[in-house]
Amino acid sequence: MNTIVRQLLPAGALPFYRLRLADVLPWVVAIAAFFLFDTYMSIGAQILIMVIFGISLDLALGFAGINTLGHAAFFGVGAYAAGYFSLHVSPEPLSGLLVAGGLAALIGLLSGWLLLRTSGLALLMLTMVTTVVLHEFANSWRSVTGGADGLSGMETAPLLGLFSFDLYGKTAYLYALGVLFVVFFAVRIIANSPFGLSIRGIRENAKRMLLVGTPVHAKLILAYTLSAAIAGVAGGLSAQITRTVSLDLLSFQLSGNILIMLIVGGVGRLYGAFIGIPLYMLLLDRAAAIDPFHWMFFVGIALILLVRFAPGGLLALTAQLYARVRGRLAVNFAKEPQ
Amino acid sequence: MNLASRMDALPAQPLSSGSSAAFAAASASAACALETRGLCKRYGAIEVTRNVDLRIERGARHALIGPNGAGKTTFVNLVTGMVAPTAGSIYLDGREVTLVSAQKRVVGGLARTFQINTLFTELTVAENIAIPLVQRLGLGWKLWGKPAHHAGVVEEAAALLEQLGLLPLASRRVNELAYGQRRMIEIAIALALKPQVLLLDEPAAGIPNGESGMILDLLERLPEHISILFIEHDMNLVFRFAKKITVLVEGSVLTEGTPAEIRADERVRNVYLGRRHG
Repeated sequence: MNTIVRQLLPAGALPFYRLRLADVLPWVVAIAAFFLFDTYMSIGAQILIMVIFGISLDLALGFAGINTLGHAAFFGVGAYAAGYFSLHVSPEPLSGLLVAGGLAALIGLLSGWLLLRTSGLALLMLTMVTTVVLHEFANSWRSVTGGADGLSGMETAPLLGLFSFDLYGKTAYLYALGVLFVVFFAVRIIANSPFGLSIRGIRENAKRMLLVGTPVHAKLILAYTLSAAIAGVAGGLSAQITRTVSLDLLSFQLSGNILIMLIVGGVGRLYGAFIGIPLYMLLLDRAAAIDPFHWMFFVGIALILLVRFAPGGLLALTAQLYARVRGRLAVNFAKEPQ
Repeated sequence: MNLASRMDALPAQPLSSGSSAAFAAASASAACALETRGLCKRYGAIEVTRNVDLRIERGARHALIGPNGAGKTTFVNLVTGMVAPTAGSIYLDGREVTLVSAQKRVVGGLARTFQINTLFTELTVAENIAIPLVQRLGLGWKLWGKPAHHAGVVEEAAALLEQLGLLPLASRRVNELAYGQRRMIEIAIALALKPQVLLLDEPAAGIPNGESGMILDLLERLPEHISILFIEHDMNLVFRFAKKITVLVEGSVLTEGTPAEIRADERVRNVYLGRRHG
């Protein structure tokens, strides 16, 4: 039946993310890094966690067009939930992740219901304020969150009862990679789905979506809740792997950083987080190592150059360059017979 | 002045001869597809819609005309629920929908197009059609599967695009298309909803006179059961297509009738030509 259906419309009329050979690349790189740079597993796991966080932001911002400067709220809530769960309920990591994702989703659902009636700058402000409120809430509720000291001393039980978390962070790295794999394919399925098409429609033109009978507000809430759940899982992973939770995880700075990292890679392209986040984090790491005093200056220069020459992010730049090279090749081939 | 000259250039008899008798018979019997009673909209001291009573019969080809600023688009915005009325009521297929949301009115069979293209410009032509189809076929909440593999979506999208002659452009992004083609997609999105009542806000707006034929062809081929209210400045289009015309001036209904009656009405001529000529 699919063949008949495909023949009715020209190729690429209803595009979706297909599995290509290039899709294997990020996973090969991640696994190669595991074997080649085994002393960098700690920063490796951090990068993988931030990639998960970046994918969650891409679902909200890139696909549904929800402008947010408060995504750290969900990361932080997930981290506190997993930390508290580990300290007081069970150190089992997978159930901890479910709790982290579930609580972040609940906060996403409630705040989304309230905030997503607004858009643009108002929404940007309100999402930012939500994070500030949660930050202050965590600061004051010392009995649960540890206040300014945060949570520490958590135990994380062996994964599936088999793989204990080692000092070098190898288990942590593979654990984060496994979670990233599941999250990425889940988001990919959602992006390809009829719901994915709907939220891209909302991003493009919310007014028209309403007038084709789409419950725009409800769909934005679902997209935001799913995104919050994934951010919560990323936060939960961070708590389980670093075994500390601090107020910084609910900071405006983290919301801003993840936004910058995603923009560096490319928004709404699914793989933007895979490109932007490792590059940005490695750039920060290297710049700080090379010049501990002026490193932010060099990062700033790099960002200015990027915005000037690749406003759509590195993925968009690569696509443009590829199209240009292909166009030039096509022209050359066309000229050849003459 | 341009409009006035167009009105003067019109043929003496409407092209749809005999339609007035058919219309009179229909209005006497069938229930209304859409009706407004005492519809008012006020912005502060300015009253843009004044006590408008309008009945769109089933299967109507009803034009709403009037000079600039007469409140035609506001009327469409009121009927579709994009703007809340200050007073009055709106009935869709006999059911009151005055307090029903814009989105629910669409589900109830009301669709509209916009005077200024309101499309999903970064998406492909087929995706622009698939968006309303996905919604209408109840797939809008489905988190898995692909629209490209859904037989219902693909078949309907292909059929609609073929009907409009847009099938070869299905893979193109809307922002790569010519203006006239975008106008067609504007209407196609509304048609994909299989509406009972279709409100067309200046379907030929911005299209050069010579090219408005393709829009007219499209309008003439629309299924008869769809009740259509259309706003249009191109009087050739209005008099060829409409079987009933309502003239709106300064927010209120000046007169209503068949094309022949409207053409003969001195007050309508005065409105379009300016009172000093009347």
